[in-house]
Amino acid sequence: MPASMPTALPPYVPLHAYLVLAAVLFSIGLFGVVTRRNTIGILLGIELMLNSVNINLVAFARFSGDVAGLVFTVFTISITVAEVALGLALVILIFRVRRTAVADHLDLLRG
Amino acid sequence: MSLEPITFAALAVVLIGSAVAVVLTKNLFHSVLWLALTLTGTAGIFLSLDAEFLAAVQLLLYAGGVVTIVVFAIVVTERLVGDRITQTSRQLVNGFIISGAVLVGVLSFVLRSPAWGPRPPIAGDLTKAIGQSVLTRFVLPFELLAILFFAALLGAIYFARPDE
Repeated sequence: MPASMPTALPPYVPLHAYLVLAAVLFSIGLFGVVTRRNTIGILLGIELMLNSVNINLVAFARFSGDVAGLVFTVFTISITVAEVALGLALVILIFRVRRTAVADHLDLLRG
Repeated sequence: MSLEPITFAALAVVLIGSAVAVVLTKNLFHSVLWLALTLTGTAGIFLSLDAEFLAAVQLLLYAGGVVTIVVFAIVVTERLVGDRITQTSRQLVNGFIISGAVLVGVLSFVLRSPAWGPRPPIAGDLTKAIGQSVLTRFVLPFELLAILFFAALLGAIYFARPDE
């Protein structure tokens, strides 16, 4: 077992603890994206995945002492907010046209 | 024993619990409220990593902005009361297999990598360092971000146009 496992409660939190937490959150978000049927629910899963990546970036930046990770977190947060705003605008637009927000009902391109 | 591992463990429990609630709650509105808790807990993680500025940005943009937009979208596309707000999930087993495989893959990679030592002490003000490197080392991505926001703004206006 690596020395980084948080079982023995070291006096500080190792980098690996943050990475494991982010990995768990990422796979929970992926689970949501795969299983949700409502488009807004899928967007919430994507939010969870992007959020876990931010934890990774901040943890690496803090442990390596390089500020680049923090700057990239600012960028990803900004891009995510723009993405969510546009994604929800699309959902509302699709709802106005098709009267549904369930992804399975949006099969116009199915051959 | 210091307080730091206890804080981290508590935050991790809150984060994982609320994230599971986000993807499993039947009520879409409750799902968004759990997401707000997850995002606030992430701000707590940022605080424990001495990134106060990012914690503030996280609270303002994510927990404030995104959650508000999502609630607005739910109110527009669903009835607030009634059965349409409940959402069903499908293929739970397949989703569990896929996300579990990804988790095992990432974890095996993470746990095999060499352990890092404790974090170095902070050199100066992190917020100041972020601001300075945004406008010097990362000025090109920063300007590209402005173009991205411009495109997003145009797209939002295009989507929101009234029907002719």
